[in-house]
Amino acid sequence: MSVQLPSSMRPLALAAALLAGAAGVHAAEVSVAVAANFTAPMQKIAAAFEHDTGHKAQLAFGATGKFYAQIANGAPFQILLAADDATPSKLAREGLGDGATQFTYAIGQLALWSRQAGYVDDQGEVLKKIDWRHIAIANPRLAPYGAAAMQVLEQLKLVQQVQPRVVQGENIAQTWQFAASGNAELGFVALSQIMEDGKLREGSAWLVPASLHSPIRQDAIALKGAQGNTAADALLQYLRGDKARAIIRSYGYGF
Amino acid sequence: MSLPVLAPDDWAAIGLTLRLASITTLALLLLGTPLAWWLAHTPSRWRGPVGAVVALPLVLPPTVIGFYLLLLLGPRGWGGQLTEALGLGRLPFTFGGLVVGSIVYSLPFAVQPLQRAFEAVGRRPLEVAACLGAAPLDRFVSVALPLALPGFVTAAVLSFAHTVGEFGVILMLGGNIPGATRVVSVQIYDHVEAMEYARAHWLAGGMVLFSFAVLVLLQWLQPRGAHTP
Repeated sequence: MSVQLPSSMRPLALAAALLAGAAGVHAAEVSVAVAANFTAPMQKIAAAFEHDTGHKAQLAFGATGKFYAQIANGAPFQILLAADDATPSKLAREGLGDGATQFTYAIGQLALWSRQAGYVDDQGEVLKKIDWRHIAIANPRLAPYGAAAMQVLEQLKLVQQVQPRVVQGENIAQTWQFAASGNAELGFVALSQIMEDGKLREGSAWLVPASLHSPIRQDAIALKGAQGNTAADALLQYLRGDKARAIIRSYGYGF
Repeated sequence: MSLPVLAPDDWAAIGLTLRLASITTLALLLLGTPLAWWLAHTPSRWRGPVGAVVALPLVLPPTVIGFYLLLLLGPRGWGGQLTEALGLGRLPFTFGGLVVGSIVYSLPFAVQPLQRAFEAVGRRPLEVAACLGAAPLDRFVSVALPLALPGFVTAAVLSFAHTVGEFGVILMLGGNIPGATRVVSVQIYDHVEAMEYARAHWLAGGMVLFSFAVLVLLQWLQPRGAHTP
C-alpha cells in the first residue's frame, strides 16, 4: 500500500527522511575516560576517528583510580582507556565492564626526564650523582608509572638515597608539571608526555630499559553503558587499526 | 575483617594539617588586621582594586592559585629567585610553601570579617577617645580592638577551618611528602584513588563532623541580635 502525500509536502518528507538517515548513521557519540598519560595521542586519534568515521568521541582525562570511582558510581562513560590492566579487569569482574572487549591498546614507556638539555645522560647515571634537589615521581600507590619508577630505583639499589628527594604527583600529568616548571630537576614521566612526532620536544631524557620494571600494560574496556552504541564499537576497533597504532607508536608506546 | 581505624600516616596528616592551619591563622591575623583597617577607613581610590585582590581567592579555582604559585615560586619565577637570594631556598614542596599558599588562599576569610567589624565600630568611638586625649595606638588597642572582637573570632575560626579544608593549592604546590606536605585532604584523595574506601571514610567523615562543629560554634559565638535593626 502506498500513501500519496500532497505534492507540496514531498520535498519536506524527503528532507526529513534524509535527516533521520543521517542521524542514524553519523551522529553517534561515545564518551571516553582516558588515562592522563595518553592525553596527547588520544586527542590526535579522536580527531582522526571523527574525520574517518563521522562518529564523535568525547574525551575526559584523569587518573585511572578516580575514573574507577566515578564509573562505579554511575559516571556516563562508555569506554575506559586505563593506565594499567588491573582496573579494567576489576571492572569486568564487578560486571561494570564487558570483559570480552578488554585488550591492551598500548604498552607504556617510562622515561627519566629533565627540562634542561644535556642534564640527563643516556644511561641514567644522573640518578647516582644526586646533586639535584628533587625528583618527581607519580604516586606509586595510584599510578602504574609511579610504581614502575619505584621498581627501577629498587633494581638500581637507589631507593635509600633517592627517597628523601622524591616529590609525588597525584598522577603522571602533575608529575610532568613538577618537572616542567623546573621545581623538580628530574622526573619519571611517560615518554608520551615529552615526545611528539617521534622526537623529544625539549630537555633531555633517559629511556628506561623495560627490563628494569614490569611492563606498563594499558588496557581498554567497553563499559556497561556502551551496549548498542555504534560509536563505542567503532572506536575500540579504530584503536587497533593501523592509523591509530601509527599515532600511538609516534608517542613512544609499544605493543 | 578488622575495623580499619586511623593509621600512623593518617595521624601524621592530621597533625600536619592542624599545624598548617594554626600557623596560617596566626599569620593572617597579623597581616590581615592592618589591611582590613586600611580597607575600612581609607578614602583612597585604591580601596576598590585592593579589596578585589583580597576577594580573588573566593572566585578563583584553587588549582589556578596553586599553578601560578608553583611557577612564581619556582626557579624561573621572581618569587623563587627572591627566596633563593634570601637564603630560604625554594618554597614548593616545603611546609613553608604550603603556609604561603594557605595565606593567599584563606586571605578573604580573615580580611573580610575584620573589615566589616572595623566598619561597624565606625569613627565615633575613636573620635571620642581622641577628644579624651588617647594617642592613636591607644585608641586602636583599647577602643577599636575590644569593640571589633567578634570580628577577630570570626576571622580566626574561618581562616583555620578554610585552611584545614584546602586541597587544590596543596596538590599543585605540595608534592605529597609524608610529614611535610601531605595534609588530610590529600590523604583522603589518595585513599579514594587507591580504592581504600574504608580508610577514606574515617578521615572524610571526620572532616564533615569537624566542619559542622566549626559552623555551629561560629553561630554560637556571634552576638545575638547583632544584626537586628
